[in-house]
Amino acid sequence: MRPAPLSPQMAIALPVLGAASLLLAWQYLLPLLGVPAYIVPTPTAIFGVFQKNFALLMDNLRPTLIEALAGFVIGNLAAVLLAVLFVHNRILQATYFPIVLFFNTIPILALSPIIILIFGLGMTPKIVIAAVICFFPTLVNMIRGLDSASDNEHELFRVLSATRWEIFWGLRLPRALPMLFSSLRIASATAVIGAIVGEWIGSDKGLGALIIQASFNYQSDRLYAAIVLSSCLSITLFCAIVLVERRVIKY
Amino acid sequence: MAHAIEASRLDVGYGGRQAAVKVLSCLDLTVEAGSFLSILGPSGCGKSTLLRVVADLLDPVGGTISVLGDTPHAVRSRRDVGFVFQDSTLLPWRTVRDNVRLPLGVGQGSLTRKIEDRSEELLELMGLAGFGERLPHQLSGGQRQRVAIARALLGQPKLLLMDEPFGALDEITRDRLNDELLNLWRRTGTTILFVTHSIAEAAYLGERVIVLAANPGRLIKDLDLRPLKQDGNRCSREDPAIVAAMAELRTALERAS
Repeated sequence: MRPAPLSPQMAIALPVLGAASLLLAWQYLLPLLGVPAYIVPTPTAIFGVFQKNFALLMDNLRPTLIEALAGFVIGNLAAVLLAVLFVHNRILQATYFPIVLFFNTIPILALSPIIILIFGLGMTPKIVIAAVICFFPTLVNMIRGLDSASDNEHELFRVLSATRWEIFWGLRLPRALPMLFSSLRIASATAVIGAIVGEWIGSDKGLGALIIQASFNYQSDRLYAAIVLSSCLSITLFCAIVLVERRVIKY
Repeated sequence: MAHAIEASRLDVGYGGRQAAVKVLSCLDLTVEAGSFLSILGPSGCGKSTLLRVVADLLDPVGGTISVLGDTPHAVRSRRDVGFVFQDSTLLPWRTVRDNVRLPLGVGQGSLTRKIEDRSEELLELMGLAGFGERLPHQLSGGQRQRVAIARALLGQPKLLLMDEPFGALDEITRDRLNDELLNLWRRTGTTILFVTHSIAEAAYLGERVIVLAANPGRLIKDLDLRPLKQDGNRCSREDPAIVAAMAELRTALERAS
């Protein structure tokens, strides 16, 4: 027999307790085991950086946030538009989709130096890397989503003599929305990764640059604080997408 | 009486003009306007294909077909045909009311007549008053099919094509919807072509039942049930004459399979 589901209160309380127990172990157990602070600083030391160097963290959060957001919007928008073009022109899709898939197999870390070479050292290459990393999952999911209406649904619209435009807005697009949002949720995290990877390769600003500088200077508390902040950024973007999804998809 | 459908030597197939795979072969069929025709047959006999040709969703490769005295395309363009699918094909993101009103929102550009918003009246007629704001997933299977029928009736079609609409429902719900459909047919005078797998359903609903055989689809039995029924196509499911007709249909169906 399957175990009974947890109550909503327990479903929230248990992970909070789990996190608290791990943080406590990290705070008190690791120093006891002799793990040095320059490798793993305690949670209070990391929290201390947020108090002490708040302005520095915010100064570096801003460019990463802008790059991730711009990359997210541009990459996903391009993917959606190309998917729409592909499902309405099968010849074009057959000709170029395999090539697009081939580009997807190139690791983003290998591609990044080329992007920096083309776009220089400003914000643009980071935005491009974030956009590229968002682009492929959304393109594939959107094509599948736009094609996911059943034969009967298409026939229903044909019996009503619907135009291609009406089929797109009334059937294909609403059918694609759940798949689009699932790829947007993934993209909310990968856009931040893309921006940070871009900053690693060539930047003196942003959370990626802060991570690299802190690790070179053995400022491990600052390094961990930058990692925590990057994670918070991804979680915030993810939650924003989930909120929009709940408003848009009600069924 | 005028004819709703006249098909002569109708060939339907896949694989281009040569029709490598024939689904319907040399089918002759005449359906009177305002009548209720049940179509029985084993899987692959072309029952659904016939409905799709009438609805202008599929072109025949040979023969001629006239629907309401016109081409299937003209009839579809005039919105004189309604289609009900086996799965209700309700759009899950639209409320019940908006699903019923779908025909108002699409295909209006090519339409010559004005379609009125009769959604409230139809929801009431189908026993769905008060359900207008629900979403399809909040309904039972029977209610979903009622919504699909209401949607098909919104444009006041002269011809209603139903492709195993109650096939997935439990027997009690199916019997109830059979009676509601007959009432609707008596009230509207719409010609109905009703595809089903159930011999009992075909005999209970149809004024006439045709049986198609497979490979390729062809007509092997044409049974007029009007002499066995009372006025308004009324009968009892236990009536010995109807039971005998069902046995006759079963024999034809066994031959067809």
